[in-house]
Amino acid sequence: MKIGVKVMPRREVLDTQGRAVENTLRQNGKKLNACQVGRYIVLDLPDGDEAKAMSSAKEMAELVLHNPLIESY
Amino acid sequence: MSSKVGVLRFPGTNCDRDVFEAIEQRGSKPEWLWHADRFDAKTYDALFLPGGFSYGDYLRAGALAARSPAMESVREAADRGTPVLGICNGFQILCEANLLPGVLVRNRGLRFIDDWVELKLENSHQKFASKAKPGLRAKLPIAHADGRFFAEDAELKRIQDNGQVWWTYVGGSPNGAAADIAGIMNEKKNVAALMPHPERAVHDWMGGTDGISFFEWG
Repeated sequence: MKIGVKVMPRREVLDTQGRAVENTLRQNGKKLNACQVGRYIVLDLPDGDEAKAMSSAKEMAELVLHNPLIESY
Repeated sequence: MSSKVGVLRFPGTNCDRDVFEAIEQRGSKPEWLWHADRFDAKTYDALFLPGGFSYGDYLRAGALAARSPAMESVREAADRGTPVLGICNGFQILCEANLLPGVLVRNRGLRFIDDWVELKLENSHQKFASKAKPGLRAKLPIAHADGRFFAEDAELKRIQDNGQVWWTYVGGSPNGAAADIAGIMNEKKNVAALMPHPERAVHDWMGGTDGISFFEWG
């Protein structure tokens, strides 16, 4: 079963990449309120059961996919 | 008359000073061009995009720099036929700006590579290293993580058939580049770029002088 994990910078943390992309978009005349850049990780898991797959995906997210100090998932 | 050469600077460009001095060393007059400002495309006899990590390589290497105001003027100059040379990150920027075909992706070995490589000239450029004949070998340093040239098969064939391959790595590419490509040109052959750093090989004490020819012409 495939599970996607979306990891985004926390609101409290300055998202430098999002800010840089936002500035480039504005410079090119695009209108936007804000832009955030995070990452999307797709895990292909052996579990057939959705609940089980979800819980092992969460374990992986806690283990390494995100850093709670600066990111949420 | 010495040529007037524009050297572009983006936030995170870090080979700018080396390129500037190499141009001076060979008797041309370099001038800085800032990423946030457009410039008169008719002013310069040549334009250089040095290496580095423009905009911290955010989003994709070269992606944000390619959409900056100064690049609009570079595009205008390129359309007029002005010779444009991209080195390393400059190569990535020119590809992202669609001034060159293909894209540079992460090295096959996933590691940053810092080494000297041997190159072979496949097709001569009208301006940069122009005195060299195809088949010439050159030794230049590389330093990149995203240096693997990639183009889809049909496009790669088109690049090869049009004689747009500029330099190839001798003895196989260190980064997994398609067709061992180290440097390419656009269809009109005025815009060119390579991953190796000629500005880091312009004095004997640097370990080689094969880079000099990239900064002298006419």
